[in-house]
Amino acid sequence: MVADRTDTYWILVFLAWIIATASALGSLFFSNVMDFAPCVLCWYQRICLFPLVLILPMGLFPPDRRVVRYALPLVVVGWLLAAYHNLMHAGFIPEELQPCSKGVSCTEEYIELFGFLSIPLLALLAFSALLGLLVAVHISKK
Amino acid sequence: MKRTLFAVAAIVLVAGFWFGVDYYKSGRSADLDFMAQGSASTFVRPHSPTLGSDDARVVVVKFTDPACETCARFSPYVRQALEAFPGQIKFVLRYAPFHEGSDQVVRILEAARMQGKLWETLELLYAKQDVWTHNHRVIVSKIWPLLPELGLDVERLRTDMADPRITAVIEQDRADLEKLGMRKTPGFFVNGKPLEPFGARPLVALIKAEILEKYPK
Repeated sequence: MVADRTDTYWILVFLAWIIATASALGSLFFSNVMDFAPCVLCWYQRICLFPLVLILPMGLFPPDRRVVRYALPLVVVGWLLAAYHNLMHAGFIPEELQPCSKGVSCTEEYIELFGFLSIPLLALLAFSALLGLLVAVHISKK
Repeated sequence: MKRTLFAVAAIVLVAGFWFGVDYYKSGRSADLDFMAQGSASTFVRPHSPTLGSDDARVVVVKFTDPACETCARFSPYVRQALEAFPGQIKFVLRYAPFHEGSDQVVRILEAARMQGKLWETLELLYAKQDVWTHNHRVIVSKIWPLLPELGLDVERLRTDMADPRITAVIEQDRADLEKLGMRKTPGFFVNGKPLEPFGARPLVALIKAEILEKYPK
């Protein structure tokens, strides 16, 4: 039974790591390969995302539940930023409140995959999945 | 077991990224190639300033921002290529005013062109970039004192800058930038082929390769 619980834990954190790494590589693809300049809000979200690529594996080898404590604050802040960004993108938060000054506007539309998936929405989906997985890890302890 | 799984996942992710880069870049090259054949006008507009022979079979297009440092540093390489292969290269200048205030500098260049001094003015502005740019911002007022040494009529130039024909040039070049997906300067195209990888040496190599292809010995 103990081994089972460890396996569940391991798989959840492993999945979180895959999502974090795929998202980090994806964002690098947008900025460095497709030359989309990241706006200020994107940078803050990247600050929350990129460290997870290195932090999460620390909880895998050897399995160490404390990794949730270290990763969760980043994920929560990233999720809040992504949610704010999407509200702004959708026009619920007026443009003059946006913290971006020069360079790229945070409401700039670069791509829309399948007609609805914008880059901020991809970020929100990734952070939501990460949040869900880490919360599941926390709950599965009991 | 878990270590292997992790290692495989890491390799798959990195390899996926790498193939994505490759796929995207080859797709872009093919697109540009297609555009170069199908709609060459996106690269060369009738209004675009040119150097070299009109009959040349190698066309070098440079999208430049007068305030961009790298654009200035590439200028000698283009000049050297024009000298090394006389009559075989046509150089086309396009504007990519990405920096704040750069469109004003493009207006100055086009107004200088009306006095027949475009290339001298461009060279001078490149050379004195540190005088009239500060933290990537253009300070137009620092350009005026530089111009009389070229024999330009600055009063006339300042009037000409507002010419709607110049506005049309800037708008057309901006539209073509958008169409070509250009977001960085300088943007070089040699017979429609993008400069890839970016660099001075790759540019010289690309020009030489096209010369060899179009003018076989």
